[in-house]
Amino acid sequence: MQPVMTEIALTVNGREARLAVDTRTSLLDLLREHLDLAGAKKGCDHGQCGSCTVLVDGRRANACLALAVAHQGAEITTVEGLAGGEELHPLQQSFVDHDAFQCGYCTPGQLCSGVAALAEARAGWPSAVTADLAADAVALDAAEIRERMSGNICRCGAYPGIVAAVAEQAAR
Amino acid sequence: MRPFAYEAAADADGAVAALARGTAAARYLGGGTNLVDLMRLGVEQPELLVDVTRLAHGAIEPLDGGGLRIGAEVRNSDCAADRAVRERFPVLAQALLAGASGQLRNLATTAGNLLQRTRCAYFQDVSKPCNKRAVGSGCPAIEGDHRNLAILGHSEACVATHPSDMAVALAALGARVVVRGPGGERTIAMPGLHRLPGDEPERDTVLEHGDLITAVEVPGLPWATRSRYRKVRDRASFAFAVVSVAAALDVDEAGGTVRDARLALGGVAHVPWRALAAEDALRGAPATRESFEAAAEAELAAAEPLRDNAFKVSLAHNLIVRTLLELAGA
Amino acid sequence: MMAATPAAATPAAATPAAAPPATGAIGVPLARIEAREKVTGAARYAYEHQPDEVAYATAVPATIARGRISALDAAAAMEVPGVLAVLWHATAPRLQPVADGELAVLQSGRVAYRGQFVALVVAETLEAAREAERLVAIGYEPEEHDSLLREDHPGLYAPETVNPSFPAATSDGDVEAGLRAAAVAIDKTYRTPALHNNAMEPHATVALWDGDDLTCWDSNQGAPAHRATLAQVFGLDPARVRVISPHVGGGFGSKGSPRPQLVLAALAARVVARPVKLAVTRRQMWAVTGYRTPTIQRLRLGADAEGRLTAIAHDVVEQTSTVREFAEQTAVATRMMYAAPNRSTSHRLVALDVPTPSWMRAPGECPGMFALESAVDELAIAAGIDPIELRVRNEPEVDPHSGHRFSSRGLIACLREGAERFGWAGRDPAPGVRREGCRLVGTGVAASTYPVYRRGAQAFARAEPGGGFTVGVGAADIGTGARTALTQIAADALGAGVDEVRVELGDSALPRAPVAGGSAGTASWGTAVVKACRALRERLDGEHGGVVPPDGLRADADSEQDVADQEPMARHAFGAQFAEVKVDLDTGETEVSRLLGVFGVGRIVNPRTARSQLVGGMTMGMGMALLEESVLDPQFGDYVNHDLAGYHVACNADVRDIQAHWIDEEDPHLNPMGSKGIGEIGIVGTAAAIANAVHHATGIRVRELPIRLDDLLWAEAADGS
Ligand SMILES: Cc1cc2nc3c(=O)[nH]c(=O)nc-3n(C[C@H](O)[C@H](O)[C@H](O)COP(=O)(O)OP(=O)(O)OC[C@H]3O[C@@H](n4cnc5c(N)ncnc54)[C@H](O)[C@@H]3O)c2cc1C
Ligand code: FES
Ligand code: FES
Repeated sequence: MQPVMTEIALTVNGREARLAVDTRTSLLDLLREHLDLAGAKKGCDHGQCGSCTVLVDGRRANACLALAVAHQGAEITTVEGLAGGEELHPLQQSFVDHDAFQCGYCTPGQLCSGVAALAEARAGWPSAVTADLAADAVALDAAEIRERMSGNICRCGAYPGIVAAVAEQAAR
Repeated sequence: MRPFAYEAAADADGAVAALARGTAAARYLGGGTNLVDLMRLGVEQPELLVDVTRLAHGAIEPLDGGGLRIGAEVRNSDCAADRAVRERFPVLAQALLAGASGQLRNLATTAGNLLQRTRCAYFQDVSKPCNKRAVGSGCPAIEGDHRNLAILGHSEACVATHPSDMAVALAALGARVVVRGPGGERTIAMPGLHRLPGDEPERDTVLEHGDLITAVEVPGLPWATRSRYRKVRDRASFAFAVVSVAAALDVDEAGGTVRDARLALGGVAHVPWRALAAEDALRGAPATRESFEAAAEAELAAAEPLRDNAFKVSLAHNLIVRTLLELAGA
Repeated sequence: MMAATPAAATPAAATPAAAPPATGAIGVPLARIEAREKVTGAARYAYEHQPDEVAYATAVPATIARGRISALDAAAAMEVPGVLAVLWHATAPRLQPVADGELAVLQSGRVAYRGQFVALVVAETLEAAREAERLVAIGYEPEEHDSLLREDHPGLYAPETVNPSFPAATSDGDVEAGLRAAAVAIDKTYRTPALHNNAMEPHATVALWDGDDLTCWDSNQGAPAHRATLAQVFGLDPARVRVISPHVGGGFGSKGSPRPQLVLAALAARVVARPVKLAVTRRQMWAVTGYRTPTIQRLRLGADAEGRLTAIAHDVVEQTSTVREFAEQTAVATRMMYAAPNRSTSHRLVALDVPTPSWMRAPGECPGMFALESAVDELAIAAGIDPIELRVRNEPEVDPHSGHRFSSRGLIACLREGAERFGWAGRDPAPGVRREGCRLVGTGVAASTYPVYRRGAQAFARAEPGGGFTVGVGAADIGTGARTALTQIAADALGAGVDEVRVELGDSALPRAPVAGGSAGTASWGTAVVKACRALRERLDGEHGGVVPPDGLRADADSEQDVADQEPMARHAFGAQFAEVKVDLDTGETEVSRLLGVFGVGRIVNPRTARSQLVGGMTMGMGMALLEESVLDPQFGDYVNHDLAGYHVACNADVRDIQAHWIDEEDPHLNPMGSKGIGEIGIVGTAAAIANAVHHATGIRVRELPIRLDDLLWAEAADGS
């Protein structure tokens, strides 16, 4: 059976990309194999590890389970798009300062997830450990950060550094 | 994955028509977090995907009587963050937040969540038999690994469980699923959307091919402000339930008796399990540990654990009692 | 602590005496050299190398556990547009046999375990390859399989040695007599499940041929060793083969030796005459990339009334595959942990129709110390002695097994300092009596240990004409921080600043060096690096007056002899781990509210990366205690929960207060850095500390890992509070 190819256009890290993709191509494979953006990682390809986390229209999402064709017109930000030129994104700097990684394979996903988790908390989104669902604001304490970052598995066990890095940014 | 055609439907009628044009192997696509996963495993092999995330079903609207109409495309994270959901139905917000991960909830839709398929390891492995996936091939889970499978309502053909947390809360709340099919619109009351496996385990729900979920209506229930979802799992987060409980309790504070109760269990059956026997036992009973224990026993009398999951019966029992006690004390 | 021996006998003193004044580069918490690349996504891992015209391969796993392939029809797969080739045993080029039978991929129609790779598809795109993989029609002649480990399995046998080359059994004195003479004794059996390494980066290779020259970007723990095997498999002069691995997304032992995908990618690239990429999928990793064998361990301990051990017996049953013998050294640590006049250990294996087990973080020590340290806790309770005190009373003067002196032995110091930091003093030993709301609270302790290995390596150091130094060694940084530690070690030896030194590693074109394994990386590579750097410094100062000549100046070093010459001694790292758990009375859910480790690991090269490694090991140990288990279904002979949703590794929310500390430990008998390995000891003992704490909390002794809520649902608070 012939593959079904579809023209899509989307914005990746501020640059427009227009190309024909196989309908089967995931957003993750589009980035990694077609756009040479290998920052987002493939750890499981089944939504179970979070290594592939990118921002889709500003929200974190697992790129491995997202089909590229379904993201016509979307604005994607990958780890490569977080820094402003030479200047690291503050969370990237916090990751360096707190040794929030070892092998670094989960790191791009952790970073995108962390950036989004900070924004979600700022928007007042509760989490499974938020005691008062009715509250307007959530304070990102360690328990909140751990829960919100639990969709990103780190086999090296860099969690304490990750929590410290996100906490540092939450406190800013 | 075999090649498939992709269409983004513009409206509900267009979606239903597009699916009807396709073969039996056409599927609606929500966030894709379950469907794409299963396609990659070879469990699902659609020839056509009709993307239903761009219809106009992305809003949460109030209903008369304090209820809410949740659009089928509303993402799980938006639903959980919604003010009205949090205030009126804490159990629903908590159930959503207890499921999956932040990034998955951003993709997952209301309809897709309800229709996600079992996590039974044999169902997911196409190199093995499974009656749900390959009709008549057998159920190796009965002899095999079933620690986290059903204790209630299973059959000789299938011992799978339904994995959704949200569905358990919706079953407790008596939600109605609004469905648009080739024959028009209809409403299905929860927990009646999902079905027990019987000898047709390949059918998860009562929906027919081509049925499109457009919304879920949660009827008003003023005392559901006193409700909660408690999920027990093997890992502290990002894991499916071993057993979960969705409960709401209406206590007559003066007399200390239960006026009404809603209770449903997750992780125990092929469906989100509405605990009607327990609810009956609770109504009118004093709001005490003894009543809660009696209610749990009434419900779990029907449990038929498998070789390795008898612990789930005790766990469900304890969790029901604990959750009701917490609600009674709240 | 042992008295220091004359320094003249140590390799540290054997290196050139012209050591420059230390610059203080060792011991500082330098941030990882490649940190920026890792946080910006610029660091490229194996699969992310994209040569022109690259084709995509996917591997087809066997769906029977034992038997042979009777027919294979590739027609439907070949019809998928874009498919370039389908390879299987009848069509694949012949390979040279090597010691590891797992690398004889597509060489025969035999199936030795479910999931073994039996065919390979190569296509223009990943999508086409995956689709074709599904369409390869394979007929099997299945044979009855036998995949379940049992302690009464008729096929159990004693291997000649256990890894890497220890005797399988040892016996000193008379254990039975020692047990008979004991005032207290325990005889218990402990079980650990199959565990999978699950590094975040799945094993992957990109292979490129240029004539008879082969280049592979590969995810592994040692490029030079991988090159050597790859050259053998293809019958090539090693000089024609290059393996490049600048960044590796974890390994934990599973990337310590070549895996089938390395050979398959190279094979496929040769057949289609294009570069080829191949990644093992996460699910496939349960079969083809190694795992820790399940173990069944019987522990018998006897002690006199004062808690002095009269006998220690540790008898292990574990599995291997029919492809290759892998004999985990589970009881080896028991041979030197505690003093007792009567001691015996044994290992028996059975070759089952299962994937071949392999190295996983602290192979041997990790499962073995779970059993030993649980048993010691049980003995302490039986004897009514504090478990720390019991260990102190059984501290040996010399290694009970070899009779060698310990180069240093920090166990007691670690226990004492840990007790202090953790707040152990005054602990009520009674189980099941502390309540906090609906939860029972308990604490536990266990010892950790890991041997200090070192292997010979080569390295070069070059003074660059433009300033600065380049140091090259065929090492691997799999997340350990090796690049950073070696930069510090080199800077120290050169008397230069860390920013003046650039370390090259992860490439087989660099001087030959051993794999990152056995926690010996820093010690092995560091010894060669120090030697090269000191030689360079000596020549630079002695022959060139400190001025770098216009072409630069290079010095090479080989540490083979230094390592061979080292005095025989018992060299081990030790540690103590303390856990506090809270167990929910209604649900059995266990929270590790505190985990604290203190380690005696010699001199710390970089406290920042060292702490991360120790904490990472402890985190994996916590997973072992409470979460991790690969479940074998004997009906099919495979691990059924083969994904990260079914096999739980610790997530962020599982890890609460976790701390790693170390004692000041000067050990002059190790290497020029005075360091011991830190990559593995963190996982050793954690599970026992947690199991001991769970017992203290609930009164329930769980001897089979993981400890699940199923085990603890029946806990009852012993007091009525
Ligand atoms: C690693 C992992 C962990 C998870 N953990 C949890 C958990 O703990 N708890 C939990 O509850 N869930 C969990 N999930 C499941 C997740 O919640 C579901 O995958 C998600 O809710 C499905 O929604 P979707 O929109 O992505 O559905 P899709 O995958 O798009 O669709 C699922 C099914 O619904 C059908 N469908 C979609 N929309 C419609 C419609 N409007 N009308 C009719 N049919 C439709 C599709 O055809 C498909 O059959 C987890 C998932 C993963 C991958
Ligand atoms: S690769 Fe997407 S979640 Fe693992
Ligand atoms: S840093 Fe290695 S997996 Fe997170």
